[in-house]
Amino acid sequence: MDDISIIGMASIFTAGLTIAIGSIGPAFGEARAVAQALSAIAQQPDESATITRTLFVGLAMIESTAIYCFVVTMILIFANPFWDYVTKPAGG
Amino acid sequence: MTISPDDVVFWQWGMISLNATIVYTWVVMALLTLISWLVTHRLSSGTDISRWQNLLEVLVTGIGDQIREVSHTEPGKYLPFVGTLFLFIALANLLNVIPGYLAPTGSLSTTTALAICVFVAVPIYGIASQGPLNYLKHYIKPTVLMLPFNIIGEISRTIALAVRLYGNIMSGTVIVAILLSLTPYFFPIVMQLLGLLTGMIQAYIFAILAMVYIASATTAHDGGEPPENSQETQ
Repeated sequence: MDDISIIGMASIFTAGLTIAIGSIGPAFGEARAVAQALSAIAQQPDESATITRTLFVGLAMIESTAIYCFVVTMILIFANPFWDYVTKPAGG
Repeated sequence: MTISPDDVVFWQWGMISLNATIVYTWVVMALLTLISWLVTHRLSSGTDISRWQNLLEVLVTGIGDQIREVSHTEPGKYLPFVGTLFLFIALANLLNVIPGYLAPTGSLSTTTALAICVFVAVPIYGIASQGPLNYLKHYIKPTVLMLPFNIIGEISRTIALAVRLYGNIMSGTVIVAILLSLTPYFFPIVMQLLGLLTGMIQAYIFAILAMVYIASATTAHDGGEPPENSQETQ
């Protein structure tokens, strides 16, 4: 196998793996956070404004973990530096 | 498929190129400045106010209230910086409803610039409120051993701030582009709506996080009560 097929194969395979594994953790985390927030709102409806605000900030932070994986996936597929290095003519 | 507005070049002259990021950043800046100038150059303090003045008052007092709730201090000197961050990001994401517009926040350069603004503003506010020595002292708290970790934390949270905003906006654009080729007409619109919601939430998060970082540099170490949202991130 030449360099191009190895790099292409590894990039696509790793991209799929990255987004697959990388979305499991945040999914569990967000589910847990929302469940806790819902029970907190059920117990203290008066505090729902504060709870919702903190929940949104927290959710965005948890979700950013998944977003990092997504960014890595996009780089692997669309802007892979190794791929560019191999496909460009030598010396370029 | 273009994943960054940096790649869309409108005009090029030698080394200088004018890409979509710069142009649409200027559009957003011009809109914000123009609307604010038009509204504020004839303010009235009576009961009979124009609806635009009403809108601006709601925005400014709303941002002020949020800052007060997060930092437990008066929003006065933080309001211009945090409010500008929020308004810029919110308008940049909101204009996505206009066809042909590419959100400048979907480019890593814009979000990095915004995150660096926060990175610089935190020590400025910290030093202004408690003096250079007291500010520097909080890098060696609780012990001197924590010095490298505090510095790493400062840098990594700046990167996280930039990549979070960039990733959220960029993912919205890419998902719409992919869906357009698979199931046109309906689902892209739904995802576009979701993108609008995400954009507003991200603008809010960015401003709140900037405020939390500033608050933790200004208030948390004078023995007072730490602000309520001062959880350290990444």
